[in-house]
Amino acid sequence: MNAQAPALRDPRLNRPEPLTPPLGDGGFFQRDRSIHPPAHAPGYKSSVLRSPRQSLLSLEGSVSEITGPVFGHNDLGPLDNDLIRNYAKDGDPVGERIIVHGRVLDETGRGVPNTLVEFWQANAGGRYRHKKDTYLAPVDPNFGGCGRALTDDTGYYYFRTVKPGPYPWRNYVNSWRPAHIHFSVFGSGFAQRLITQMYFEGDPLIPVCPILTTIPDQDALDRLVAPLDLNASAPFDSLAYRFDIVLRGQRSTYFENRTAGN
Amino acid sequence: MPQPLNYLKETASQTAGPYVHIGLIPAMAGFDIFEKNFSNVLTTPNTEGERITLEGKVLDGTGTPLRDVLLEIWQANASGRYNHPADRSAGALEQEFRGWGRAGSDFESGLVTFETIKPGAIVDKAGRTCAPHINVWIVARGINIGLNTRLYFSDEETANAADPVLNLIEQPSRRSTLVAKRSERGGKVVYSFTIHLQGPEETVFFDV
Ligand SMILES: [Fe+2]
Repeated sequence: MNAQAPALRDPRLNRPEPLTPPLGDGGFFQRDRSIHPPAHAPGYKSSVLRSPRQSLLSLEGSVSEITGPVFGHNDLGPLDNDLIRNYAKDGDPVGERIIVHGRVLDETGRGVPNTLVEFWQANAGGRYRHKKDTYLAPVDPNFGGCGRALTDDTGYYYFRTVKPGPYPWRNYVNSWRPAHIHFSVFGSGFAQRLITQMYFEGDPLIPVCPILTTIPDQDALDRLVAPLDLNASAPFDSLAYRFDIVLRGQRSTYFENRTAGN
Repeated sequence: MPQPLNYLKETASQTAGPYVHIGLIPAMAGFDIFEKNFSNVLTTPNTEGERITLEGKVLDGTGTPLRDVLLEIWQANASGRYNHPADRSAGALEQEFRGWGRAGSDFESGLVTFETIKPGAIVDKAGRTCAPHINVWIVARGINIGLNTRLYFSDEETANAADPVLNLIEQPSRRSTLVAKRSERGGKVVYSFTIHLQGPEETVFFDV
């Protein structure tokens, strides 16, 4: 661990009021698949053989879908949300120091509390610490490239890292990924499970990325681009980017029609 | 103009990519970073129920196993109770059994395994009994939005025949895409499954 790096502090200026949404046991709002990439998106070649061709079978939320795993602080270590320190061996990782912060909300606008958010990324040169990544940019001895956080009671999360670099990949001969951070989010029910990617405001590779442009809806695409958030930056230390994540909303159960005896 | 409803829109999904292991199971990417790691072992020595190994592959449209796929499973305990506050059924809760695990496929063979217990039958909100099953979520490079499916058990023929979800599947032949086959190997119970992403045997995937 590196003793020089200052401790990571909560970058919020004003904490929003805590919200503890009532725990509904209704199903989730119907997923609007028109804002998601289709399974079969030929411009992203890997999807061609890995996309189901039959219709999905629609299930109204049963107990199997409205429930999901519950995580707690016991599952995490103290440096899990600090990618500048969680793999540092003899110094800080190379790259632009950044804070990424935001809220996990549901479609009703309520914060999703105590939910697990996991993130992973390439280093500043665009290289992943992964045995299958052979890009010629070097691995950074002080950078692992992954972390995780539990949202607080308002759905808020934050972590510190270095800005990932773009990297080339085999789709077309000259395909490059825009700088991005992968996110995995749970929510309260397994039907809210989501993996996505966060991009950075102003990146010129965004409009030409074969993966990003699988998204058919421009507004949905724009919502994956995190703006620079100067107000949350740490002066003389780190810039900040803001990334809110929206999971499916949950129907309330105003009128119960429960079978007696169970 | 009527009042606006002002719902937010769900964040769009993006593929987990080829390096999903870094974030979710870093040991498979080739390094050790977290003090505590999630795994494909759901049981502890105290877990109630019959110990089972789930073992299977995910095949692409050519029948080739995916060797960079990640599966998560979510299941009830042996009493049919999910470890979640929204499950208000009568089965006994076991705090130590989270009921969730994740596994990456082997980089050579594509084999995915979980060590868990066979879940009990589930009583849904309407009071219907559902056959024992395990919920599965699949992500990988080339999968643009996580795929939801289920695994049922081949030795539960009667319960499967009455299951409300299996009965939603119009073609009986497609129901069998969700049934894992029981066998015994060296005194251990193994349930084997194959998930076909495409083709004549395409697995039934759900819009949950
Ligand atoms: Fe990536």
